[in-house]
Amino acid sequence: MGHGAGNESGSPVKKIIGIFVVLLLVMLLTAWISPAFFSAYNIENLLRRSALFGIMGIGAAFVIMTGGIDLSIGSLVCLVGCLTPWLVTQGFPVPLVLLAMLCLAIGAGGLHGWLVSRVRLQPFLVTLCGLFIYRGITRGLLADRTVGFGTEGTAWKFLGNGRIPITEQFGLPIPLVILILVALGSGFLLRKTVWGRHLLAIGSNETAARHCGIDVDRVKTGAYLLCGFLAGVAGLLFVLDTGTAQPSNFGNFYELYAIAAAVLGGCSLRGGEGTILGVLIGATLVQVIRNSIVLIDPIPDSIEFAVIGGIILLAVIADETIRRRST
Amino acid sequence: MTAAPAILEARCVSKAFGGVQALKEVSLSLGASEIVAVIGENGAGKSTLLKILCGVYEADSGEVFCDGSPRRFLGIHDAMQQGIARIPQELELCESMTVAENLLLGREPIRGWGVIDEESARQMARRALDRLGLDFPLDQPVSDLGHGQRQLLSIVRSLDAEAQVLLLDEPTATLSPAETDVLLQTLRDLRKSGRSLILITHRLAEVEAVADRVIVLRDGSHVGSLAGKEITRSAMVQGMVGRDLEPVIHPEPVSGGAALTLENVTTAEHPDPISLQVNQGECVALAGLVGSGRSELLEAVFGLRPRQGLVHVGDRLLSPQSPVQSVEAGLCLIPEERAEQGLSLDQSVAENAALPGLYRHAGFAGVLKDGITQEVATRVVDHLNVQPPLLDAPIRELSGGNQQKVVIGKWLDLDPSVLILDEPTRGVDVGAREEIHQRLRKCTADGKAILFASSEMEEIFAISDRIVVMAEGRVMGSCLTKEATEEWVMELATKAGLR
Repeated sequence: MGHGAGNESGSPVKKIIGIFVVLLLVMLLTAWISPAFFSAYNIENLLRRSALFGIMGIGAAFVIMTGGIDLSIGSLVCLVGCLTPWLVTQGFPVPLVLLAMLCLAIGAGGLHGWLVSRVRLQPFLVTLCGLFIYRGITRGLLADRTVGFGTEGTAWKFLGNGRIPITEQFGLPIPLVILILVALGSGFLLRKTVWGRHLLAIGSNETAARHCGIDVDRVKTGAYLLCGFLAGVAGLLFVLDTGTAQPSNFGNFYELYAIAAAVLGGCSLRGGEGTILGVLIGATLVQVIRNSIVLIDPIPDSIEFAVIGGIILLAVIADETIRRRST
Repeated sequence: MTAAPAILEARCVSKAFGGVQALKEVSLSLGASEIVAVIGENGAGKSTLLKILCGVYEADSGEVFCDGSPRRFLGIHDAMQQGIARIPQELELCESMTVAENLLLGREPIRGWGVIDEESARQMARRALDRLGLDFPLDQPVSDLGHGQRQLLSIVRSLDAEAQVLLLDEPTATLSPAETDVLLQTLRDLRKSGRSLILITHRLAEVEAVADRVIVLRDGSHVGSLAGKEITRSAMVQGMVGRDLEPVIHPEPVSGGAALTLENVTTAEHPDPISLQVNQGECVALAGLVGSGRSELLEAVFGLRPRQGLVHVGDRLLSPQSPVQSVEAGLCLIPEERAEQGLSLDQSVAENAALPGLYRHAGFAGVLKDGITQEVATRVVDHLNVQPPLLDAPIRELSGGNQQKVVIGKWLDLDPSVLILDEPTRGVDVGAREEIHQRLRKCTADGKAILFASSEMEEIFAISDRIVVMAEGRVMGSCLTKEATEEWVMELATKAGLR
């Protein structure tokens, strides 16, 4: 109906199908060039990576749906991922450390939310500062030393690197199981609860939401808090998987992968739109592309960022073009 | 007043924004089962008063009483819990959400643990729509609804809240006559059921039709009250303006050559070709109901949406979809949605006023001469009598009518040869409307051509030389204004489905 905003909503189902088709194409193309792609080992690894980034992507998506952004995810992953093995080797019991780290991540997310909603700072600025601060703290605390679990905490490592055996070669990675739980919970939260409904309303029209008597500040704070929590979960799983972490590069650019997953999955940066399923497919697509670059020999690994950037750009252009056509 | 304490009362409330005193010690009391209308020119302080009563603003001085006891609202949410709901002037809907989701926003039925009870949500939404006899599909995204439909939806939403007091700010500004009748009847029903209502409107006929009492504001002060039989159009106009209005001078159209020519113009929404010519010094009105395709046509002519067919300004052919070229050719479009399409609300009056002409005043490499913004803005503010004449105030703080004067003035300053206006005086009070109309007539006397769309008969007959009636995206007929009647216009406008 031509009142400026009429073209906001490309059907979410169409978006998911579109991105899913792209995912299939990239997978088939890679498999065709490199048969190693469909090996049990590679698929299991790919699922593990996708699950970890999917968890972060969902967190980022909640914030993006309010019309905000969270740039601090990677640094928060670093903070949690480096402190965990360090504290464990200092002799703290593992369950206590894990719990404390999750609380730390929730606290950081909650702080972002508070600064954005109550102090009315811009999300970009708040989380940009977070990006610098958390990495700086981690590097300072550990003096840039690589930290590892050593002989400690082996009983808990299955959370990151464990698998549920299906066949002899292939097993379901535990992080994937965790992702499925997170996704189901998030989907329920977003579609079935008042909080989710209000979250989308705020992203769609914050003034309207405020005037409907919605506690905008609280809902927004919740989104940042959840994003921080999921970044914390991902950080723990990452370090439990790798066993060691280096403060200067652990989690570098992860926020960008998470944002890319959310955007490819159909979240509008203007807020108010997005689906959990889309984010999962988006996160998988990003990891499949990274994997393909490694597997396909003629492509040098070092141009990974350029390829990912190019594909996201193409996806956004295609989305916008299709949207224009259909209105 | 009555012996029982007022349901809602304001005592001597004042409010200033920056240096502007918006309200000066205004009092108002509202009893049970009563409709009080607040009228006044734009900038008189009506919306400010309403916003204080529902907790959007806090008064600088004075008090608000609920049921006889003083209250301080901690925001809209708090006021809503006291049973006070405001129906806003600007549309406040979530575009990407559905009709049902919007209707229940902020008060979704819950099954426990914050989980929405979808079944009863749908029933509640359906009941709310039924009450006004509307049959929008519950799952339709709001972005698919037309403007009038959206307005109705936001009214339904507030009516449906368990509110004892309803504050309505210009609820009918964008409604068609039929929709307005439905709404007015709803207001009467609500009064009968014991609710109290405060109504702000510029349509005095509506005030006559439903109001029990009238409060007249002028320049932020309470200047008069009318009740019962005293509520007449002339008494209200007298009170608001403080003077008698002069009728618009209707000079004979200067018959020049064609200024704007449309040949077989079609758009995606309206595939029937439209041909139309507006001569220099002529003012042509596009009449029709909401959704008849007038806005789409105007936007297509200006190049904001794709079109087929030829558009000439003078003898220059415009390429489609290029507003930049349209402006260069001497065309300007004053859009329907002032807040969204006409202004950047957070910028100052001066910045808004000077924006369209900036490139003309810029020197080498786009460097702006010192003081040019102020110079242009001063001209705009003077020519259109913008009140208050503060150049550096954020334009958000001006009343709707004065904002509209800036929108029109900034384009007139470019000296366009053709003006296209979409609802030139929507939400604008009698006084400012009169000034804008005078201004537009002066433009045609200077040989400019005007093409405007309006839903208000009064306006169409007041300033146009010729009326073109549209319905369902087609031209239904056209006639010289002096030979036309309102009945003829309505008949053509409602002649639908003849395809």
